Amino acid sequence: MAERQDVTPDDQPLLVADHLGKNYGRLTACRDVSFALYPGEVLAIVGESGSGKSTLLQLLSAQLAPSAGRVSYRMRDGVLRDLASLGEAERRFLFRTDWGYVHQDPAQGLRMAVSAGANVGERLMAVGWNHYGQIRDTASTWLERVEIDTARIDDAPRTYSGGMRQRLQIARNLVTEPRLVFMDEPTGGLDVSVQARLLDLMRNLVSELGLAAIVVTHDLAVARLLSHRVMVMKGGRVIETGLTDQVLDDPREPYTQLLVSSILPA
Amino acid sequence: MNAPAYNFAYLDEQTKRMIRRAILKAIAIPGYQVPFASREMPMPYGWGTGGVQVTAAILGPQDVLKVIDQGSDDTTNAISIRKFFGKTAGVATATSTADATVIQTRHRIPEAPLHAGQVLVYQVPIPEPLRFLEPRETETRRMHALAEYGLMHVKLYEDIARFGHIATSYAYPVKVNARYVMDPSPTPKFDNPKMDNCAALQLFGAGREKRIYAIPPHTDVVSLDFKDHPFTRYRFDAPCALCGAGDSYLDEIVTDDKGGRMFVCSDTDYCEARQHAGHRGSESAAPHKERAHG
Repeated sequence: MAERQDVTPDDQPLLVADHLGKNYGRLTACRDVSFALYPGEVLAIVGESGSGKSTLLQLLSAQLAPSAGRVSYRMRDGVLRDLASLGEAERRFLFRTDWGYVHQDPAQGLRMAVSAGANVGERLMAVGWNHYGQIRDTASTWLERVEIDTARIDDAPRTYSGGMRQRLQIARNLVTEPRLVFMDEPTGGLDVSVQARLLDLMRNLVSELGLAAIVVTHDLAVARLLSHRVMVMKGGRVIETGLTDQVLDDPREPYTQLLVSSILPA
Repeated sequence: MNAPAYNFAYLDEQTKRMIRRAILKAIAIPGYQVPFASREMPMPYGWGTGGVQVTAAILGPQDVLKVIDQGSDDTTNAISIRKFFGKTAGVATATSTADATVIQTRHRIPEAPLHAGQVLVYQVPIPEPLRFLEPRETETRRMHALAEYGLMHVKLYEDIARFGHIATSYAYPVKVNARYVMDPSPTPKFDNPKMDNCAALQLFGAGREKRIYAIPPHTDVVSLDFKDHPFTRYRFDAPCALCGAGDSYLDEIVTDDKGGRMFVCSDTDYCEARQHAGHRGSESAAPHKERAHG
């Protein structure tokens, strides 16, 4: 931990988005988005369906090429680099070591037919781990951390419940100790009690590991529980941004006020 | 004039040139799967259409051809391919490993060491080692290009997690020339060490999948494994019942419905050569009885 903070001092941004935009033909999915994400910071991107949240996440994680602007990332050597200038090999290496990506549908982020242990171990083997015992020990440690019974290490995730799958996906992403995790609706499709448990787990992991995270969600409760800062999107633009409590308790924009007031009272 | 019904070795010259170009590229990039325009052959897919095309492309009138199927020279597949080239190319055929210059094989590498100048042609059903791990072919090609082979170890991990050891017993993945991970076709892993630093040229043809790959002579071929679960060969713990060999790969032959079985060399040429040299196993017919049948 301390060692990693030396590499990236907290006062320097980890990820910088600079006037990002994306057009699909005449359709503007996302325009003029700028922000900086600092190490250990959790940023929530909220907005209704079609507001450009997912496009923005894909731009930030270099899965889509932006039509305008650029994304820069501070590599482990402390140099801020434009993601578009990275070669494919470098980008893919970044993706499976320094980054995590938690999909809404765990089937997209997991290998459903191979065991949980191998799912967690895959990233380790991809960076050259070559000792079965060590890989397995690390995998079972991570299963414990995400509260999955280690007796199920040899079961395939398709035998897991939705909540377990999502926790397994998180373990699989965190095993290489990434510095930045992207999450796309991580609690979507889970029932409320499972959501609560997952959120609790994620909040603990993020603070223990000092992770930076970008969480896309339409669920304001998720944003309130997990994030330090919130960006509200509408029609491809960021219309409001600020500290989570400030935005959710005292929204300025009429649209944000609508979003906040449309939560059903518990 | 006595015009032959077929061009030499069945395929037309342009096709052979195309296949030779693919072979040359495959040799230049050991272990890399080179796409080629595989032709329909007068045999069904799965019977060695890839191997036959490679053999047809490299065969010359002076060559001596040997064909083995599961190590045996006298199974249907081996006999019909040998006859095919006997008829269409008029080349000499042999069953002796040492005498052959081109050996087409399905599922085995001969026991007798291969020497320089020989070419071993493998029939390959599935050239892609990552096939059942990553369903997208576009993705597997990218993984080969970037040498991302973590997934191959996932397969071996799964074996150990399930069976306690690496249970993959054939088509055992190898790394060629410290670069490409390659499927050695469904040869038993017993044969894997023979591919390493082999004096002969090894060519692999997959007809249905339209891929050719190669291992040039004296190339490093390393079987993948884990440090704490190293690669091991596997063979039945018995001597050959016919020739008594203790070092050859064995076939298990069920002899009755009461659990009776015998183990014999899968490489028939090796076994026969040893029997001629006077080696005997537990099930060998007594020499005088053989003579009586004479």
